[in-house]
Amino acid sequence: MNGSDETLLDDVDETVRVRFIVNGRKVACEVAPRETLVDCLRNALELTGTHAGCEMGACGACLVQLDGRAVHACLMFAVQADGAKIDTIEGLTESGAIADLQAEFHRRNALQCGFCTPGMLVNAHELLTQIARPSREEIRDALSGNYCRCTGYEAIIDAIDAVAKARSEEGGAT
Amino acid sequence: MKARAFSYFRAATIDQALDAHARAGDDARFIAGGQSLVPALSLRLQAPRLLIDITHIDALRGVRREGSYLRIGALTRHCEMLSEPLIAEFAPLLAAAAPFVAHPAIRNRGTFGGSVALADPASEFPAMTLAIDAEIEIAGPAGHRRVKADDFFIDLFETALQPGELVTAIHVPLFRADQRFAFDELARRRGDYALVGCGILATCAGDRIDDIRISFFSVGNTPTRVKGTEATLIGASLDPVRIAAAQAALEGDLAPPDSDEVPPAMRLHLARVLLGRLLGRLGEGA
Ligand SMILES: Cc1cc2nc3c(=O)[nH]c(=O)nc-3n(C[C@H](O)[C@H](O)[C@H](O)COP(=O)(O)OP(=O)(O)OC[C@H]3O[C@@H](n4cnc5c(N)ncnc54)[C@H](O)[C@@H]3O)c2cc1C
Ligand code: FES
Ligand code: FES
Repeated sequence: MNGSDETLLDDVDETVRVRFIVNGRKVACEVAPRETLVDCLRNALELTGTHAGCEMGACGACLVQLDGRAVHACLMFAVQADGAKIDTIEGLTESGAIADLQAEFHRRNALQCGFCTPGMLVNAHELLTQIARPSREEIRDALSGNYCRCTGYEAIIDAIDAVAKARSEEGGAT
Repeated sequence: MKARAFSYFRAATIDQALDAHARAGDDARFIAGGQSLVPALSLRLQAPRLLIDITHIDALRGVRREGSYLRIGALTRHCEMLSEPLIAEFAPLLAAAAPFVAHPAIRNRGTFGGSVALADPASEFPAMTLAIDAEIEIAGPAGHRRVKADDFFIDLFETALQPGELVTAIHVPLFRADQRFAFDELARRRGDYALVGCGILATCAGDRIDDIRISFFSVGNTPTRVKGTEATLIGASLDPVRIAAAQAALEGDLAPPDSDEVPPAMRLHLARVLLGRLLGRLGEGA
């Protein structure tokens, strides 16, 4: 290389230690810089609820919350998330934050094979924290980046719509 | 697919980022939101030996008024372009374009500076910097400089940026009470890249157009201002005859490339339809 500094580049194949708070717990792991966050979650941390579909940002199966916002775990490297707070579908489930969404997905047959479901739930959770009572049009728009190969879309929109309604009625009553 | 192995460096300052790039002999890439770069690395369209993470550089953050400009830091995320009150007030065309940029989760990470630096001809924001006459603030080994959007976009993914230079902010002239704007795009599905898109900023005296900047995307190798079409509208009010004349003039300004998906004649037709709609809205004071 012309004038390149090999001390900066010679560690290309080395792993680095990263720390996150995953689902409320402090974790550390060794990753190669080229390892994506979704691979790290699934392989190193054995949190396989986060799915890897297209690995290109197109299908939404890999959505997690990073510092409280939904992001694609396939579109970032684990090293970039060093120091961040990550909540996966496992953590959101344990905390009960999406229990009503999960129950409604179940009730309305909004999941078939379930491959897209974690991403759909993370996305729905994000939407309902941004807009308390989204219109069906807004729900569709928010889900435009999530593919369901079982084509459960109508039932998924019904489920999210029902939860939004129930939550706002509850909020109104108390 | 997986990226080729690389080293990772998290820069804390602009100088650190520039220095790391120079030391890597330019075999490096800056990474901001990563929403375009990570897929490119996964497909091995790019395989740099070093990634320089710029997202922890405070100087690249923030939106603030500076005299007659709004300074939008390069790291401003697409979701902030949607929600930031200063942008809604002083750069409303950018706020209007923001919901059309990808999907919500991508907007949570993608950055305004990254979009402008990448200069994808199908992207909303680079074209809108042309419409609003923005200036791109750049830091490089030779110091800081500012380049007008009109001079920034050179060819397909090619900009005035030299290797190792960083976009630090975008400066936008403040939107005024005598101005009107309009934005829309035609896409197969919400969140997809547009078949054709357009943004307009006009300065008016009553119904008369004193100045107008019209910028298209997804119609060529770069974001595209249609200066011949703009000229047909200056000094006039937006009646149907004038709008039809402007639509006709587009043919002299646009030469869409051939593609299997959308033949040039169809893209030109869609551009005319879109321009007609937007000028109609502007005429109604939109
Ligand atoms: C499924 C999908 C759909 C999408 N749809 C759209 C869409 O409809 N419209 C649209 O506009 N975009 C779309 N995008 C792209 C997305 O919006 C990107 O966020 C954006 O274009 C690039 O910004 P970034 O911050 O992610 O840049 P990165 O991916 O981090 O970087 C992109 C390039 O710019 C360089 N770069 C980044 N920041 C700087 C800087 N400050 N100075 C110099 N160079 C820099 C990088 O080195 C790299 O070469 C889509 C992406 C995906 C995955
Ligand atoms: S796996 Fe991340 S979007 Fe498809
Ligand atoms: S339930 Fe099977 S992919 Fe959606």
